[in-house]
Amino acid sequence: MIELVSLCKRYDHATAVENLSLQVQHGELLILLGGSGSGKTTTLKMINRLIEPSAGRVEIDGRDTREFPGHELRRHIGYCFQQVGLFPHMSVAENVAVTPELLGWDAERVAQRVDDLLELVELEPPTFRDRRPDQLSGGQQQRVGLARAFAAEPEVVLLDEPFGALDPLTRDRLQRSFHHIRRELGLTAIFVTHDMIEALLLGDRIAVMHEGRLVQVGTPGELLRRPADDTVRELMTMPRRHAEVVDRFLSD
Amino acid sequence: MAEQLALLPGYLTAHLQLVLVSLLLGTAVSIPLGIFVTRRKSLEASVLGIASVIQTIPSLALLAIMVPALAAVSAVTASAFGVELRSIGYAPALVALSLYSILPILRNTVTGIAGVDASLIEAALGVGMTDRQRLLRVELPLAMPVIVAGVRTATVWVVGTATLSTPVGATSLGNYIFSGLQTRNTTAVLVGCIAAAGLAIVLDQLIRALEAAARRRRRSWLVATLAAIAALYAVTAASFAWDRLGSPERSVTIGSKTFTEQYILSEILAGRIASHAGAPTRAVQSLGSTVAFDALRSGDLDLYVDYDGTIWATIMKRDRLPSDRAEVTEAVRRFLQDEHGVTVIGSLGFENTYALGMRAARARALGIERIGQLPPVAANMEIGGDYEFFQRAEWASIQSAYGLAFGSERSMDSSLMYQAVARGEVDVISAFSTDGRIAAFDITLLEDDRGVIPPYAAIILASPKLAEEMPAVVAALEGLVGSIDANAMRRMNLAVDRDHRSPAHVAREFLHGLQD
Repeated sequence: MIELVSLCKRYDHATAVENLSLQVQHGELLILLGGSGSGKTTTLKMINRLIEPSAGRVEIDGRDTREFPGHELRRHIGYCFQQVGLFPHMSVAENVAVTPELLGWDAERVAQRVDDLLELVELEPPTFRDRRPDQLSGGQQQRVGLARAFAAEPEVVLLDEPFGALDPLTRDRLQRSFHHIRRELGLTAIFVTHDMIEALLLGDRIAVMHEGRLVQVGTPGELLRRPADDTVRELMTMPRRHAEVVDRFLSD
Repeated sequence: MAEQLALLPGYLTAHLQLVLVSLLLGTAVSIPLGIFVTRRKSLEASVLGIASVIQTIPSLALLAIMVPALAAVSAVTASAFGVELRSIGYAPALVALSLYSILPILRNTVTGIAGVDASLIEAALGVGMTDRQRLLRVELPLAMPVIVAGVRTATVWVVGTATLSTPVGATSLGNYIFSGLQTRNTTAVLVGCIAAAGLAIVLDQLIRALEAAARRRRRSWLVATLAAIAALYAVTAASFAWDRLGSPERSVTIGSKTFTEQYILSEILAGRIASHAGAPTRAVQSLGSTVAFDALRSGDLDLYVDYDGTIWATIMKRDRLPSDRAEVTEAVRRFLQDEHGVTVIGSLGFENTYALGMRAARARALGIERIGQLPPVAANMEIGGDYEFFQRAEWASIQSAYGLAFGSERSMDSSLMYQAVARGEVDVISAFSTDGRIAAFDITLLEDDRGVIPPYAAIILASPKLAEEMPAVVAALEGLVGSIDANAMRRMNLAVDRDHRSPAHVAREFLHGLQD
C-alpha cells in the first residue's frame, strides 16, 4: 500500500502541490488526472523522491520512503517518464537492463528478462535488441521506456503519460496489454494522464487534481455520477459527449 | 637535406616526449577538475577564468616564465628536501605545455557534461543510479565526443607550441626552426614545420579514430588505434630510458644562444672536447641569453661561450665602462668566480661587439663615418635591432652619450636585420661586428668615437661542476684560447649564413686546421 500524507511542494514563488493525502491499495491502479500545471507529475516524482517534498511524507507498506537512500528506493519503483529519456548511447537491450544490472542480477537472468519484456511491449527481441534509441519511432521508444520501468520486477510502478506519443490504434493495443500485464503481475501503479478516456479505461480509481490540490478521488463510475465540483463535472462531460456521438451513429 | 633528415629521429622523439607526456598530464588534471567543477557550480566561473588567463599568456612567454619559476621552486625544494629541479630543458617546457593543454580539455569537459539533456539526468536518477553511476554511465559517455574534441584541440596546440620550447633548452622540432631561421637554412625550417604539422595531423586523427571506434563500438578499430597510441607512448618511454641509460658516462652539456656564431662555437667546443678529452657531449641549442647564463650557474649547462661586455652589462648590471680593456676582463673573471663560481676558461681571441651599421653607399652619401655624426639626421631615420637590443644597457648609454634619438625603432630577428638595412627598409641596424653578412651586404660599421660600447670579448664559461668534476675538459678547452681572430670568425659565420654550410661542418674544418 502506498500512502501519501499531507504532501506539499512549494517553490520560492509558487506552490505546486498543496496538502495532498491519498492511499493506493496493493494491486490497485490509481489515475492522477488533471490539466497541465495541476501538480500531478510533481506528486508522482515525490513518491520516488525525484522531487523531495517540502512537507508531508510518503509511506510504502508502512515505511517512510526517507528511510532508504534515494537510489535504493528508485531501483525498486519502476518509473516511466513522459519524455521517455532513453539513454542514446545504449542499445534497446542495455536501456531495459539498466536497473536489473544496478541491482546486480546475473547476465543470463538480465538477458532473459529483457527479451520477455520486449515481447511484452510487442518489440521482437531479435529485431530490436541491438538497435539504438535514435533508430526507433516515437511509439517504439515509449514502449522501450515502459519495458525499462518494469524491468527490475518492481511491485510499484509510476507512469507519467506513458502512451502520450502513440497513434490511437497502437495506444489502444498497448493500453489493453498494459492493463493485462498489470493485473497478471499484481502491480500497484500510479498513472498520470490528462486523457479522460485513458483514465476511465485503465483506472481502478481516479484522483482529480486542480491547481495543486486534490479535488476528488473515486471510481470512474463515482466520478461520472457524482462529480464533486464543476472542475470534475467539466472533465467528465467530454467522454460523455463522445459516447453520445458514437451512440447516435449506432442507433440511426 | 640528408643532413637535416638525419636529425629527425632525435628531434621527433624529443618532441614526442614533450607532447605525449604534457597531454597525458593535462588530461589527467583537466578531466577530473572539469567533473569536479560541474559538481560545484560556484567554482565553475573562477576555475575556467584561471585556465583562460593561462591560455592568454603568449606561449613563448609562458615557456620562458617557467625557467625562473622552476628555479625558484627548486631553491625551495633544495633547502627543504635537498632535491634540486632542473630549471632549463625538459622540465620547464613540460610544465608550460601541460598548463597550456588544460583549458581546451577543461572547458570541453564542463560544457560536455553541462550539455547532457536534463531529461536524461532525471532518467538516470529514476532508474536508480547513484551520483557516481550517473557520471560514469550517462554523463561521461554522452559528453565524451565533446571532451575528445577538447583533447584534439589541445593536441594540435601542444604540438605547435612545443616547437617554442627550444629557447628554454628543451630539444624539439623547434630546433630545426630556430637554428634554420638563424642560419638562413630554409630546408631546416621547412623540415621542422612539415614534421610538426604532420605529427599534429597524425595525433589528431588517431584520437578522432579512437573516439569514433569507442562510440560505434568497433572493437577491431578500437584495438588498432589503441595499439597505435600505445606504440607512440612505448617509443617515448624507450627514448626516455635511452636518454638515461644510453650514456652512463658523464656527458658535457654545451649551450648556444640563438645566432650563427654561437652554433659554430658550440660545435668547436664539442669537437675539441671529443678529440682532446674524449668525453661525450650534448648540445642544447638556441637558448635565450639570460637562460643560458642561469643554466650554467645552476649546472644544467656545463659550457657556453658568452661575451664579457654582455656579462658586464646584463649580469653585473654596470653602466659605467672603464676605458681599460684589461680591467673589464679581469673584473668579469673575478665577479663570475666569486659571485657564481663560474670559471672563465679564457678568451677565444676575437671580439664581437655591438656596432651601428649602415648601408655603405648610404653612409658615404650622407658623409657619416662615426656615431657622433648621426644625431642631426637620426630624427628622420629608423633603427632596426635584435629582440634584446633596445632593452639593453648598451643602447641606453649610446643614446645618452651621443644624444641620439631615432625617429623610430624596430625590433626584428637578428638574422633579418642585415637584409633589412641592405634593402633600405631600415636606415641603421645594431649589427654584430663579427657577422659575415656585414661584408656580404656591403654594410659599413660606424666608429664608436666616444668609446661607449663595451668590448665584447668572446669567453668560454664553465659551470662550477664542470671545473670540479672534469678538469681534463677544461684543460682541453684551454687549447682554444686565442685561437680564433675576428677575421676567422667572420669567415666562418659567412660560410654558414651565405654559403649554407652547416655549423658542424665549418667547425670541423676549423679544428682540422688548428695547430696543436
